[in-house]
Amino acid sequence: MKKNVITVSPETSILELKEILRINRISGAPVLENGRLVGIISIEDLLKALQEGDLHSLVRKRMTTQPITVLERESVVEAVKKFTQHKVGRLLVVNEQGDLVGILTGGDITRGLLEAISLDYHSEEVRRYRASHIFEDIVSDQTSLLLRYKVQPHDFKSGGAAASKLKRALERLGGAPDTVRRVAISAYEAEMNLIIHADQGGEVIAELRPERIRLTFVDRGPGIPDVEKALSPGFSTAPNWIRELGFGAGMGLNNIKRCADSMKLESKLGHGTRLEIIIYLRPELGENVNSS
Amino acid sequence: MISLKEIVEKLKVEPVSSVHSLDRPVASGYASDLLSCAMRRAKKGYVWVTLQCHMNVVAVATLVGLSAVIITEGNSPDAETLSKAEKEGVVLLVTPRSTFSIVGELASLGIRGDLEG
Repeated sequence: MKKNVITVSPETSILELKEILRINRISGAPVLENGRLVGIISIEDLLKALQEGDLHSLVRKRMTTQPITVLERESVVEAVKKFTQHKVGRLLVVNEQGDLVGILTGGDITRGLLEAISLDYHSEEVRRYRASHIFEDIVSDQTSLLLRYKVQPHDFKSGGAAASKLKRALERLGGAPDTVRRVAISAYEAEMNLIIHADQGGEVIAELRPERIRLTFVDRGPGIPDVEKALSPGFSTAPNWIRELGFGAGMGLNNIKRCADSMKLESKLGHGTRLEIIIYLRPELGENVNSS
Repeated sequence: MISLKEIVEKLKVEPVSSVHSLDRPVASGYASDLLSCAMRRAKKGYVWVTLQCHMNVVAVATLVGLSAVIITEGNSPDAETLSKAEKEGVVLLVTPRSTFSIVGELASLGIRGDLEG
């Protein structure tokens, strides 16, 4: 409803009323006498007076006494009923004491409904795109979602495909933007490492739990001769042609380390490499685990 | 915030993908030809200036959520890269000019890089 309603007095002339309606661009006004609601006058009453050449009469003569009112504590449904029942354009909203507190028009109801519909639509969208409820719907002592992505050796064209899909999955699960970013960056770096170095390709395994994600990257070779060296920033074994593409700057593992809450790199020359990182999906949980 | 459209007009860089998404705002900028650096330092809504023009540029742009990538030195992405960029909604802008001169102009338009580091 609209508060701060423009009202007129019974002593207002129809001529004055015409100006009030025109200036305020309204189509009617409640009539108050000594603060009490005594009637309502609308543009229709004004038109009738015009037709009869009765412009100098007073609002008291032309107004509808006993206007249709609705109590402010009543529901919108009640108001809609009154609109259809009495075929009026506006309802006066009153409190328990009968004092005017506002005015409700058909337009207010429509706007309210439109807002409700769009809110509904929005929440429907959120429901559809957030799969996070699976963790509540499916009951077990420990539910986790396992996503696997295969990475082909030297498949530069698909570089980042696994990371992109994983990022989208996390967004749908309702991950916080910063966490999603950290997962995306570390998954991308590790995926590129598989593409560049693993001669048989490898696999990205993401195990998602409501509180954390564990990313495991496994390959079957060639393996890293010196893991500690591989972890030092700037160290790279990438061939020149790969460096020219902007990879192999020796920053990948370093980037991953910065993004992860914990990281474990194991490698056996000639057998393969396994990189495992953990990122907490809710930072507050991560802090707890880190500090304990 | 300055939009891609303004950058396209003032710097005369040519949009070659997602040309209908130029109303995006640009939050900040970053320049490097190393993808790992871009991954680490460029963030959502940034414009990334690089001479790299291969498929992985699109992957970085998608993962980081870049506003656009300006590809310098007259390098032009191949058809496959362009169609991937189009599909992912990544705006690629190309220019024959150097990274240095593009970054200079971006700065004069009021686009600042990160204050830290």
